[in-house]
Amino acid sequence: MSFTPDIQAFVCHYTSQQTLAEGVEQLKADGMPEGITLNRLVCTGKLQVSTLLKAFENGADAVYVVGCPADKCHNRQGSMRAAKRVLAVKKALEELGVEPERAEMFHTERGFHPEFLEAAKQIHAKISTLGSCPFKGEDK
Amino acid sequence: MIVAERKPAGEIIEMVKDAKKILVLGCRGCVSVCSAGGEREVEIIASLVRLGLQKLGKKAKVTEGSLVRQCDKEYIDAIDQWKGKYDAILSTACGVGVNFISTLRREDTVFPALNTSFMGGSVEQGIWAEQCAGCGDCVLHLTGGLCPVARCAKSLMNGPCGGSVDGRCEIDQDVECIWQSIYDKSNRTGQEANMDRIAPIRDWSSAGHGGPRKVVRDDLTV
Repeated sequence: MSFTPDIQAFVCHYTSQQTLAEGVEQLKADGMPEGITLNRLVCTGKLQVSTLLKAFENGADAVYVVGCPADKCHNRQGSMRAAKRVLAVKKALEELGVEPERAEMFHTERGFHPEFLEAAKQIHAKISTLGSCPFKGEDK
Repeated sequence: MIVAERKPAGEIIEMVKDAKKILVLGCRGCVSVCSAGGEREVEIIASLVRLGLQKLGKKAKVTEGSLVRQCDKEYIDAIDQWKGKYDAILSTACGVGVNFISTLRREDTVFPALNTSFMGGSVEQGIWAEQCAGCGDCVLHLTGGLCPVARCAKSLMNGPCGGSVDGRCEIDQDVECIWQSIYDKSNRTGQEANMDRIAPIRDWSSAGHGGPRKVVRDDLTV
């Protein structure tokens, strides 16, 4: 049976600006994998650990964050803060016996750079290999 | 403040895995300030509990709440508002809070979500350091306000020892030799005479070596 992972992306206003302007069809044509939901934030620094965990509770197989380059965040340290929160989620996943690769941080330049799309393809390929998230356990 | 850290999620899940209704109960006191057990952390821990149980294929109703403090009887009584909503409390307070709930709520099951670390302060954002050992017989007036009991690896009362090198402790280069700092501070503030004083052999009974400690204030008891 084919597996389409549910991947929740949390992206900042600046890195996703051009991507979101493309529209669904154009994005598809550009090679955006299926099953990725883009959640736009004013700044990834606003993102909380609990928001990422909640995404897993809601059935995500993976979450990833795309923020500005670490040393060039529009809001100075926003993307660095986000990166630390992603690390906290990775640690928590490990503690629960789940692959930490199911949470990732990407730093890309603003606008529709191939890197934004590449991040989506990269995590999609990884999660397609890992399969469904172990949090979707069988009822006992 | 009392500084604490979240226990590993796997350890928490192991504690609560058989409960059907779990109250994750935060404390808005010290552990809130050190970002270990306040309302934001309750949200995270509750989420980890739900995810961990899901992974085991178990279901439980997880309720989130918090108290002003968990180290005063009147606040513990407020747990009544969640009556019937839990069969286990997962406290995100320090060990004091867990003890208070266990003592005052005789029929309730309570688990600790945190490891209580020490009494300390935030030396910079995200970093806390031990500053006081609560030994019950403060000598800070003789040591420039810097505590040799909590901050010297050997709790020496007459330091520094031979392991002090360039102001660092022999146990780890990252650890300040507090006796070097006491010496420097005493000199800077005209209290260098304190360094000539030989501290007598200390009676450690006030430090808990005489059993659990209690403070009784007759002027406040009713």
